[in-house]
Amino acid sequence: MKIRRSIKDNRGEGELFRRRALTGFVLILLGLSMLIGRFVFLQVMRHDEFVTRAQNNRVKPRALPPARGLIYDRNGVLLADNVPAFRLEVVPEQVKDMSAMLARLGKVVPLGRDDLDAFRKLLAQSQRFESVPLKMHLTEDEIDRFEVNRWRFPGVDVVPYLIRRYPFGKLFAHVIGYVGRIDADDLQQLDPVRYKGTSHIGRSGLERSYEDVLHGTPGYELIEVNADGRTQRVLETHPPTPGRNLYLSIDVRLQKAAEAAFEGRPGAAVAIDPRNGQVLAMVSVPSFDPNLFVNGISQTDYSALTGDPDKPLYNRALRGVYPPGSTVKPLIGLGGLEMGLRTPQDTVLSTGVFYIPGQSRGYRDDVRGGVGRVDLVQAIEQSVNTYFYKLALDMGIDRFSAWMGKFGFGRPTGIDLMGESSGVLPSREWKTARLRQPWYPGETVIAGIGQGYWAVTPIQLVHAIATFAGHGVAYAPRLVMATQAGMGAPLKLLSNPPSGPSLIRNPADWDVINEGMQMVIYGAKGTGYGLAKGFPYTIAGKSGTAERFSRTTSAYNNDKNTAYLASRHRAWFVAYAPADHPQVAVAALLESGAWGASDAGPIVRKILDAWLAAHGGTIPGEERLPSSSASTALAATAGEPGKSPASASTGATP
Amino acid sequence: MIAALYMRWRRFLRRVMTRPRIDMPLAIGLLVLALVGLVTLYSAGNGNLALVGGQAARFVLGGALLLLLSRIPPSVLRSWTPWLYAGSTALLVLVAVLGEGRGADRWLNLGVMRFQPSELLKLTMPMMVAWYLHPRQLPPSWKDMAVVAALIAAPVGLIAKQPDLGTAVLVAAAGVFALFLAGMAWWRIAVLAGAVAGMIPMAWHMLHQYQRDRILTLLNPESDPLGNGWHIIQSQIAVGSGGIFGKGWLHSTQSRLDFLPEHTTDFIFAVFSEEFGLVGVTALIVLYAFIIGRCLWIAMEARDTYSRLLAGAIGMGFFVYVFVNGGMVAGMLPVVGVPLPLISYGGTSAVSLLVGFGVLMSIHAHRKMHH
Repeated sequence: MKIRRSIKDNRGEGELFRRRALTGFVLILLGLSMLIGRFVFLQVMRHDEFVTRAQNNRVKPRALPPARGLIYDRNGVLLADNVPAFRLEVVPEQVKDMSAMLARLGKVVPLGRDDLDAFRKLLAQSQRFESVPLKMHLTEDEIDRFEVNRWRFPGVDVVPYLIRRYPFGKLFAHVIGYVGRIDADDLQQLDPVRYKGTSHIGRSGLERSYEDVLHGTPGYELIEVNADGRTQRVLETHPPTPGRNLYLSIDVRLQKAAEAAFEGRPGAAVAIDPRNGQVLAMVSVPSFDPNLFVNGISQTDYSALTGDPDKPLYNRALRGVYPPGSTVKPLIGLGGLEMGLRTPQDTVLSTGVFYIPGQSRGYRDDVRGGVGRVDLVQAIEQSVNTYFYKLALDMGIDRFSAWMGKFGFGRPTGIDLMGESSGVLPSREWKTARLRQPWYPGETVIAGIGQGYWAVTPIQLVHAIATFAGHGVAYAPRLVMATQAGMGAPLKLLSNPPSGPSLIRNPADWDVINEGMQMVIYGAKGTGYGLAKGFPYTIAGKSGTAERFSRTTSAYNNDKNTAYLASRHRAWFVAYAPADHPQVAVAALLESGAWGASDAGPIVRKILDAWLAAHGGTIPGEERLPSSSASTALAATAGEPGKSPASASTGATP
Repeated sequence: MIAALYMRWRRFLRRVMTRPRIDMPLAIGLLVLALVGLVTLYSAGNGNLALVGGQAARFVLGGALLLLLSRIPPSVLRSWTPWLYAGSTALLVLVAVLGEGRGADRWLNLGVMRFQPSELLKLTMPMMVAWYLHPRQLPPSWKDMAVVAALIAAPVGLIAKQPDLGTAVLVAAAGVFALFLAGMAWWRIAVLAGAVAGMIPMAWHMLHQYQRDRILTLLNPESDPLGNGWHIIQSQIAVGSGGIFGKGWLHSTQSRLDFLPEHTTDFIFAVFSEEFGLVGVTALIVLYAFIIGRCLWIAMEARDTYSRLLAGAIGMGFFVYVFVNGGMVAGMLPVVGVPLPLISYGGTSAVSLLVGFGVLMSIHAHRKMHH
């Protein structure tokens, strides 16, 4: 028996299958009988009831779209508003011949190709009794002309709706972004119930990142229709819940000052409060008018924006990546102290050229012949390349990238805006993954002055400087400070806990770097000497001038023409104030600036002036500098007075 | 030249006539069903001939594939089975990684057309279970059942995650039916059914919120006036007002006035019920029962275990379509995207169903010989 069972018994299996199939069929018949039973219940026993309901079936639900949340700055200045407007809508089932009607209508109210394309797409996706928008934002003239001819167009109506308006136009285009019309592709992705009746959706900036908060929940009304499906009256209304209002941490006055400071030159600036990560200003220049996009931008306007060589649609603050140049030197110096590789008293001899032991290639200082022996504070003040070449080499690339990674380089900062670039932090792993090449010591050397495989966004750099200014405690940058359920409702503050404990083990190390960065501004040899003139609180900062192109020769370039240098350089300046208890950190980038301190520095200063003005000119609890000697209060080093900051600023190196 | 071609054509026709490769009763059943489908679609689509024409074209394509598949012997299908199963599961993984679609990531964009890999599993799943059980001692042991359970769970889990609950149910049912037909002991069925019932609270926890809402909506349709509750109420009004004899073809007021949503696809059964009444509904269900019965008869006549299990599972799977869609339209089951087979408008479902019947025809053509 056992042996027979181990061979496949085809006949026995066939018999088993036959029994199972019959059982299965009986069960299926049972199931189908159940189904018929249910139909008997509905069609025979409850027939009369349903006939009555079908005859009285005159009530249809109609969605009531919610009003979009408004956006304010930190002091309640309105940045994004909803204003009433009118649009043409068509109920398809009431139009006999759609194309003939559109042709006739086009003679009364001009219909663009974009309008018609969008309308046809929506038409294909809508139910026949649903009203489909045809042309948005009618002018008063168009409304008048349509009203006169209204009788000729059954099923077409002028309908009021709310439209988004950005009163500050291009000032906030890169922060708030804009909304755009929902198109056929969006309908595939969106929750059909939540977006019923809604015509616009956040397309970029905060409008997109906070779409869920701003949108709200639709309500509905029950409307009575006649036998032809036409609306007779509204029976019940369940109002929609409007989207929540957003309060930004940005101050519109700082934002204006930052934008004006660029005078139209391409670049970006971001100001952050190092105590909580709140963004106080964020501009990318040039910008564009977001109101153009709300009703669908015309082809001409769009070509003008995309064809502009200065790329106004490009958000440089968030997506632009640039070598940071010398601006990262203070952070590298801090690493040297924290790792015990340097003491504040250790000095390095700058001879004009630095050699890796045993190699012949030289890495240059900015000043021919070098600046002699410098300690860490002096090295930051004068931006001495040799000091940082040697420090980076002693640190080694692995410790270097681990340390700088703590400041958030090489990954998104986590700001509440979509589309942030990661940038590049020089590291062995990055090079292996991207270029499949080993790491060379020479690359560590130039990484020490913010060149080589370095790419940072302005938001990353200001985040890193703010992390330092906040005594090593990092906060992800935040644009939205609070939300609000409706006008007058209490604000709900959004919490933004620090990303972790302080990066700095020894507080004395912070003091050394802070001194170095103050010397940049106040030291006679400081690269940013004079920038703080007249500013009543101490500023700490650092310039950076990064090369746009790598040098092809090792010869010194003697062309001092500023326009020529601007075409080759990117100018950075970073700063924070008041230096001892920082409350604001700023980074400014000029895409083509000759020198960091002389070109980007004044932009930072103007933002700091606006910040101080917004506080009424006084920072409570902070010591004011004596007004007579504000600019030279801390000048401790004897240097050659009168040396212009431009000729001393540095960072442009092999 | 032409004469030679003509002669070959004559010979081919004669061979087809004298020794048909397809099962005539099943073919006629399907043909009637397809015609009913087109007639209903004409009414549900408010006389839109383009809609009907498109559906007819899909039937022609599906029919051609049916004839093609009927010529591939089951032994060849069997040797392909592991590859087909692995391939379709791999496509599911691909969709999970880079799919797109309306909320649910179930489509794969092939450039020219969009394609739903879960549709393939409706066929490759019973094929795989049959392939696995074919060389093994039946009824299946615990070990075999565990392997089959894993074979079912992997793709079903991926489909349910998309999330496409309707297709997940259909695919899982096809696999489970194959196991049932293989003679899985009744007490084991009882144990497993008990275990599944015990897992329902856990499954509830894992459902998406919108899936839970759908089930809750069934209990209280008035709570959801802009979504599924509205569908359920309107569908029942359509069905109930149809009565015993119906309002007649082209006279369904519910769909005509657009009260009934999705009336050419998932809710077309409601239009049919409103127009043809209980008489029509009963006739249609009898037709479905006939097709299912014929499939099971073909399965019993089949030559080997693989063919038997596959044919049986496809036939019984057909029942799940009818039951789930009918139950949904009659307000008995939650709203899930399961079409009424060969009646609902929609491409992939019609074509994939006919491909499945092609496999049945092949099994029929290669049935065991009676001596």
